[in-house]
Amino acid sequence: MRSFEYASPTTKEQAVGLLGATWGQAEVLAGGTDLLALMKDDVVHPKRLVNIKQIKEMSGVTAGPQGLRMGALTTLGELADNVNVARDYPALAEAINDAASPQIRNMATLGGNLCQRPRCWYFRGGFGLLPKNESGKDLVTEGENRYHAILGNDGPAKFVSPSSIVPVLIAYGTSIRVIGSKGSRELPLERFYVIPKTAAEREHDLLPNELLAEVIVPPANEMKVAHYEIRQKQAFDWPLAVAAVSLSMNGSTVQSSRVVLGHVAPVPWRSSEAERALMGKSIGEDAAKAAADAALQSATPLSHNAYKVQLAQVAVKRAILKAASGGAA
Amino acid sequence: MPDYNWPDAEHRTLIGKRISRVDSPIKVSGRAKYTYDYHGANMLFGKILRSPYAKAKIVSIDTSAAEKLPGVKAVEIIQKPGTTAQWAGDEIVAVAAVDESTAEDAVRLIRVNYQPMSYLVSDAEPPAGAGEAAGPMSEDDIDDAISNQVPDAQLAQSLQEYGVAFKVDDDFLNDMKGEGASDAVLAAIRQASYHAAKGGGHSAYQKTAAQTHGDPDKAFAEADVVSEGLYGAPVIVHCCLEPHGSVSEWTDKDHLFTHISTQNVSGIAAQMADPLGVSAANIRVHQDNIGGGFGSKFAADRWDITAARLSKKAGGKPVRIMLERDAELKVAGARPSAYARVKVAAKKDGTITAWQSQSWGTGGPGGGGMPPVPYVFGIPNQHKEHTAIRTNIGPARAWRAPNHPQAAVITMGALDDLAAKLNMDPLDLWLKNLEIAGPRRDVYREELAIAADLMGWKEKWRPRGQNVSGHIARGLGLSIHTWGGRGHESDCDLTIHPDGSVDIKMGTQDLGTGTRTTIVIVAAETLGIPIEAINLYIGDTLYPPSGGSGGSTTPGGVSSSTRRAAVDAREALFAKVAPALNAQPADLECVNSTVRVKGDPRRSLTWKQACSKMGAMPLTARGHNDQLPSKNHPDLTNSGVGGVGMADVEADLETGIVKIKKMVAVQDCGLIIDLKTAESSCYGALAMGISYALFEEKVMDQATGRMLNPNMEFYRLAGLNDIPELVVHMMTGKGYDERGVIGLGEPPVISPGAAIANAVANAIGARVSFLPITPDKVLAALNVTQKAGA
Amino acid sequence: MQDHPLKDEPKEKVDENSGVSRRDFLKISTISAAAVPILGTKVVQAAGEPVKVYGPGKVPVELIVNGQKHALQLKPRVTLLDALRDQLEITGAKRVCDRAECGACTVMIENKAVYACSVLAIEAQGKTITTVEALMQGETLHSIQQAFVDNDASQCGFCTPGFVVAFKAVLDKYPDATPEQIRHGLSGNLCRCGTYHGIHLAIAQTTQKGA
Repeated sequence: MRSFEYASPTTKEQAVGLLGATWGQAEVLAGGTDLLALMKDDVVHPKRLVNIKQIKEMSGVTAGPQGLRMGALTTLGELADNVNVARDYPALAEAINDAASPQIRNMATLGGNLCQRPRCWYFRGGFGLLPKNESGKDLVTEGENRYHAILGNDGPAKFVSPSSIVPVLIAYGTSIRVIGSKGSRELPLERFYVIPKTAAEREHDLLPNELLAEVIVPPANEMKVAHYEIRQKQAFDWPLAVAAVSLSMNGSTVQSSRVVLGHVAPVPWRSSEAERALMGKSIGEDAAKAAADAALQSATPLSHNAYKVQLAQVAVKRAILKAASGGAA
Repeated sequence: MPDYNWPDAEHRTLIGKRISRVDSPIKVSGRAKYTYDYHGANMLFGKILRSPYAKAKIVSIDTSAAEKLPGVKAVEIIQKPGTTAQWAGDEIVAVAAVDESTAEDAVRLIRVNYQPMSYLVSDAEPPAGAGEAAGPMSEDDIDDAISNQVPDAQLAQSLQEYGVAFKVDDDFLNDMKGEGASDAVLAAIRQASYHAAKGGGHSAYQKTAAQTHGDPDKAFAEADVVSEGLYGAPVIVHCCLEPHGSVSEWTDKDHLFTHISTQNVSGIAAQMADPLGVSAANIRVHQDNIGGGFGSKFAADRWDITAARLSKKAGGKPVRIMLERDAELKVAGARPSAYARVKVAAKKDGTITAWQSQSWGTGGPGGGGMPPVPYVFGIPNQHKEHTAIRTNIGPARAWRAPNHPQAAVITMGALDDLAAKLNMDPLDLWLKNLEIAGPRRDVYREELAIAADLMGWKEKWRPRGQNVSGHIARGLGLSIHTWGGRGHESDCDLTIHPDGSVDIKMGTQDLGTGTRTTIVIVAAETLGIPIEAINLYIGDTLYPPSGGSGGSTTPGGVSSSTRRAAVDAREALFAKVAPALNAQPADLECVNSTVRVKGDPRRSLTWKQACSKMGAMPLTARGHNDQLPSKNHPDLTNSGVGGVGMADVEADLETGIVKIKKMVAVQDCGLIIDLKTAESSCYGALAMGISYALFEEKVMDQATGRMLNPNMEFYRLAGLNDIPELVVHMMTGKGYDERGVIGLGEPPVISPGAAIANAVANAIGARVSFLPITPDKVLAALNVTQKAGA
Repeated sequence: MQDHPLKDEPKEKVDENSGVSRRDFLKISTISAAAVPILGTKVVQAAGEPVKVYGPGKVPVELIVNGQKHALQLKPRVTLLDALRDQLEITGAKRVCDRAECGACTVMIENKAVYACSVLAIEAQGKTITTVEALMQGETLHSIQQAFVDNDASQCGFCTPGFVVAFKAVLDKYPDATPEQIRHGLSGNLCRCGTYHGIHLAIAQTTQKGA
């Protein structure tokens, strides 16, 4: 790890003041499980670390009529143990329990999970977020892309969005609050993620001197939500495909839905095709299969990851069936 | 002559029982000290700059900025300008500094100009017609053959046939001796004729000798059934949790003290002496505990020599170089890959008649050898060819049972496909052909019956693809294996002190295999005292030499030398004690912490009283085990074991995810000293087998020349929840115990991969050709089958 | 967005005790910060308030490990794991992956299992840190440790302390943990020798005793 200076502010305003105006100057340290690994691998080398864990107001969960407000510093472990999460958002609780190892859940924060960097092995190996070789050829296309994107990969970004919690949060209709030097702004979680076009961009819509402060999940009410994750190991492992589905039913048919895929595109991938396919349907194996096929119809697999199309289809299908049959509970 | 023979069953109080590992308490409490835990006074931290290129000429090196950095105490150029780095991660320059982060900063300040060269890291099937016939052997070829444990006779034959491409000198012979070359191989190297190496281009593909036995053409023509298939296993790594490395310090200008993580305590000094220009007698090597080796830690590696050189430059202060995890996975050892196109023939009744294989694989820059196919079964008519691929992926090292797991995957897979084509239960096919399964054929028969029973094979087995419920398919698979395992050279000093205390000194090491436990059980059994009464000192060159822990040779070696030392010490004690008991020494026995007259237990002294008769001086006996059985009278160790592995798996036909439901291992290993740690070796091997069958692969990228997964998230190891019910049965009793002690490190790890691959084929009705059995490959195999069926 | 320096820099004040002037700092920060270690602490203004900034050179760090206070001088970039192992020579927690992947470095902070490789020593100040060394009572093994011994749940032993501590953290949280809860709690630890069978048996022994 390269040297850096370290500060541990106690207010959000101090923290924002300590951050740099461009990437590379300062990084926010929360759980540390991702950032310190990136620093050890010399992928990022900030001159300053701003540890925000002393900012008490950014931690904790409050339940109210508008839903759940979760401070960005709440650890995944605290969320998994939270009675409101377990009772009202069981699919989220399940996703958190499947995400990462117990030690990481004790350390990692919700905000950190939402802002974690991609696991792309070229990125982690120091070849950049949009890795190219010396003659300008795209390394992912030329090289080993078995875990890379099958959707949204027509630009230079081929990595996959790494969070396995974000899809289910989007399925619940989550929004986030970001604070910066000019105050705070709120935006839907799915709009937070962007596909970078140049190496100078990041994979989310956060300025270098902004903080993700709060995550707000609206009431789930009668919505049926499920999360389904396909991973190789039974012990903790990065998923090969994730799907999260929420269904608002009108009697026995779907009135509206959200279908969100993870680990298949550079952003959490909301599939309007699948949502259209579900509209007005009563859920059974065929309807679920049709929606899953629709979700992947525009997939453009790379040289070694066509199998992920089928995995993503299966994940979507199973998530739909699971949601229809009552979700995670 | 004293009776060294192992006591018979009714006289064993400890041997063969389930006894808890003696070093467990210090390991579970964090008190066990490993090389990585050693912290010498004023210790410096070494870091290495590594080549980012898979192959590159080093043009220039500028270390001036690093040398000027405050806190940097020594800089050592490992590969000078003009040399060629042969793999990404190859060592270029090392620095030692007062702390780790300063050493890292210094490494970043070193400027190296490289001239990148073309490289190959892919071990895909060689293009048709590629490959040149084997020429004279290079130093690397020989080194590689020895480290891959190519059988002596095969290596000697190659040396005689092809000669060598370099002038053999004593230095080289000594190096090879240090690597474990036998006298026969050394003689063959000495006698090999010299041919200048061919100039110019050097193909990456080298055809090793084609071999033909019997008349395969005729046998295939006459066969009732011929099955063809593709099988193989990729390069995997050792991923020792304690990385390779050492801490070296010069205690004065001529004396080196090295703490090193090694499987070969007694063999390290000789390897370090030459490069450091100091006599081996001046090098002390020490290790208390080792965090995994699996075959990758026999050598004093380049980084170990470097640590010693940095220490010298820094005035003798201890310098620690322990590899970073990425370096550990990139450069510190890999198991060669092996793939093969196989054709195998049989009669209608299942009698196997012919084998044909075109195999290929890589063991890194040296290419690597042919796995021993067909494995176990001596098929009468065979034709086989192998192409070794020289790649820039880093060197291969022995990985538990070198070349056998790959040979099992290829052979047992081909036979399993043959059984399917014959519409036979593979268990019946195996039983049918045991006549050609070598000297352990009767053992296999017994073991297969036991394993089938423990697995519930007859009740559970269904023909391929016929045990499907919804999208879940179940299947069974099996494999058999063999290994040698004769005890290595070992010397043991056992001392009885006048106060009754006992100590043992031996320059061996305990890899977590239970070596300490084995030694104290043998000594305690022989002396009739509790194991807690023995003070055991291992892991130091101050103690008598004992062989490296490889090839399952340690239990045989250390138990034999300990038995001999303990018997001799006991006899010497009897001579001193006999007058006090009014008896002849030959009439005495050691039982239950007493020394007493046989048949007259009333004439007895406690152990302590008996030892007090020795006078003031302790007595020490040296026990020796020779590698050559003819030099041991009697021979307390043996060679040659057989074992069976069976797997019960579940595959999700939609996702291609495979889960293991149950594994069974049945294994013989002669006389078992400690049943508990012996069983643990098998349980561990099953877990390791699940891991390499489903998850492990050194992913090399031809686009960058790098290993892409030098970490523990994408170099996947099985976790607790990936391991199901494991059942182990050890063959003991008559027919086994009297053979003597045989090691167990290699055999049980051979079959699991093959058994799992066969179980998956049985479940999904299609062959996944190559390990690891990942979802992409399972789905691809299913698609091929569906298309073929459509 | 312009490429301008850290916005708080113009307001920086130098800590009286650090001995480094602002001019020095600016000079240093334009070259490799690693090349010249800066000792001590300075105070900068952030959101109109003074905030202490530590390092990048050594700063005082106080750790409470197994009930004992230790005063150290560490660079902010030193991890808790390296501080334990290289400074305090408390070596039960092992360095294996150093990337929060394998669990060999597991310790407890405030009774929760964490990866010590992924916590900075400087941020662990003031917290209760418990390592495997604290589990024994005198010469008596903890029941988890005894279960590992009885069921031969260690071979080379390098992963064992991490498993034991992760296990302890589960039992601290759920004294009547089910085998499934414990297995889930150990899913962040890896073993290479394959001692999982012994660990399964140790879990069974521990939960039977607890029942």
